[in-house]
Amino acid sequence: MTLAELPPLEQWMLLVAAFVLFTSFVLLAQARLVSAIHAFAWQGALIATLTLIVAQAEQSSHLWFSALLTLALKALLIPWMLHRLVRRLQIARDSEALRWPTLAIMAAVALVIFSYWLVLPMVAQELTFTRNIVAISLAVVLIGLLMMVVRQQAVAQVLGFMSIENGLFLAAVSTTGGMPLFVELGVAFDVLVAMVLFGVFFFQIRESIDSLDVDRLNRLTETQPEGQTETRTGETP
Amino acid sequence: MTPLTWAMAVAQALLYAAAAPLLIGWVRKVKARLQNRRGPALVQPYRDLYKLFAKEVRVAHTASPLYRLAPYLIFAAIWLAAASVPLVALGLPTTTIADMIVLVGLLGLARVFLALAGMDVGTAFGGMGASREMLVAALAEPALLMVIFTLAMTAHSTSLSGVIDYQLAADFVPRPSFVFALGGLILLSLAETGRIPVDNPTTHLELTMVHEAMVLEYSGRHLALLEWAAQVKLLLYGALIANLFLPWGIAEGLAPAALVLGLAAILVKLAVLGVALAVAETVLAKMRLFRVPAFLNLALLLGLLGLLSHVILEVGA
Repeated sequence: MTLAELPPLEQWMLLVAAFVLFTSFVLLAQARLVSAIHAFAWQGALIATLTLIVAQAEQSSHLWFSALLTLALKALLIPWMLHRLVRRLQIARDSEALRWPTLAIMAAVALVIFSYWLVLPMVAQELTFTRNIVAISLAVVLIGLLMMVVRQQAVAQVLGFMSIENGLFLAAVSTTGGMPLFVELGVAFDVLVAMVLFGVFFFQIRESIDSLDVDRLNRLTETQPEGQTETRTGETP
Repeated sequence: MTPLTWAMAVAQALLYAAAAPLLIGWVRKVKARLQNRRGPALVQPYRDLYKLFAKEVRVAHTASPLYRLAPYLIFAAIWLAAASVPLVALGLPTTTIADMIVLVGLLGLARVFLALAGMDVGTAFGGMGASREMLVAALAEPALLMVIFTLAMTAHSTSLSGVIDYQLAADFVPRPSFVFALGGLILLSLAETGRIPVDNPTTHLELTMVHEAMVLEYSGRHLALLEWAAQVKLLLYGALIANLFLPWGIAEGLAPAALVLGLAAILVKLAVLGVALAVAETVLAKMRLFRVPAFLNLALLLGLLGLLSHVILEVGA
């Protein structure tokens, strides 16, 4: 079955899913924090759109509600909270260059191929065509993980974590027509609470190591940072 | 392959050469209006070319024969490449015997000679421009091939006519791979035709110029040919974007009514693209040269995503 033979709504579903994957790449490579938060908001809005299309296609009323919930939470509330946090931490203009941006992107492409390979047997079983979106959502999850590995900035890592949740939600919506409403509400609430906790953590990390670069948590001895600053000042002239 | 179709093919190639300065004039006019200037007349590029053709040619005494030969080769290669891109009508012999890979090859040939000519005289600017051009080219060419493979996989043909035929025959389907390929091709055209944000076509500031640095030593009809070739290249990429992704309106036969409609369609499409280019050049700033690889990596990524989304989402299990 090729793309042209699908019902129109499912075609648009695939298009939106492809865009979700693209926003994942943008999140991974975006150096500026504020732009990364915007990319995350776009990802949430795209997933809400996809949920809306699935709701329209399957005529299930509770998906309308969950699309609304996704839009409110992931496209508006969480990005707004992150925005406010970043402004209060005064790192809104920070940009953190990846050490090997091309390598990270290529690793992400490899992850996409890997997740497609994983999903192939599932698709070969009997499943209908839209279940290929599972490959996309798996890739979004893996790229979120990759982002938590390659980024050092705590806020960027939280974005990676949130996009993992986006990927799981995408899988649930596209394969099973959405989770039961209670589960969905629970997950949404969890994400929200996690966001609040992360906010508290940011301030704690910042207070104890005076930076949000998580790599610096690896060296927690008292004397080392001072010794380093001494050698650095010694080298500069 | 009747004589009539060949005559049409030659006419289309001539149209490319004749219309190219008009497109650049249009872009400059729109850009000037956006910057609250009146701007030169639409036909100013023709006047410039006429002036340059009439002028005397000065050649540096260190120049080799290659330096004199290069403008003709570059113009011929780009013009041939342009002839293989359908502009007004489909199914012309030139567009069916040369496919997209030939197109990339001809553009590559022109670029190699441009870089060689830039280095030939031995000035610092020429060599610098050539090295920058090759940096851009080395990254842009694989991305361009990725975009082409994305289209070829969907249409099962590497011929431009084949892809456009396929697009016209099928009903409208929102293909993720085509959206990514379009994005990639737009970024690549900006890089390959030397527009902002990759290169500034109007500058002679030594630190930023790429294309201008290579042609700095040329004068007279040589310079006219090189400028004309650059204009044809811009039109080529414009026609490529317009006709590959929005082919509606192009003439499928050689009936006069269809040809007129095709001409009107491509004029409207190119005018819109010209406005978009002018707006983009007005709101964007030129990138630092060291940011250009990241820009072209984005184009490569879009090409790759096009391929992957074709394989994952569009081919049935």
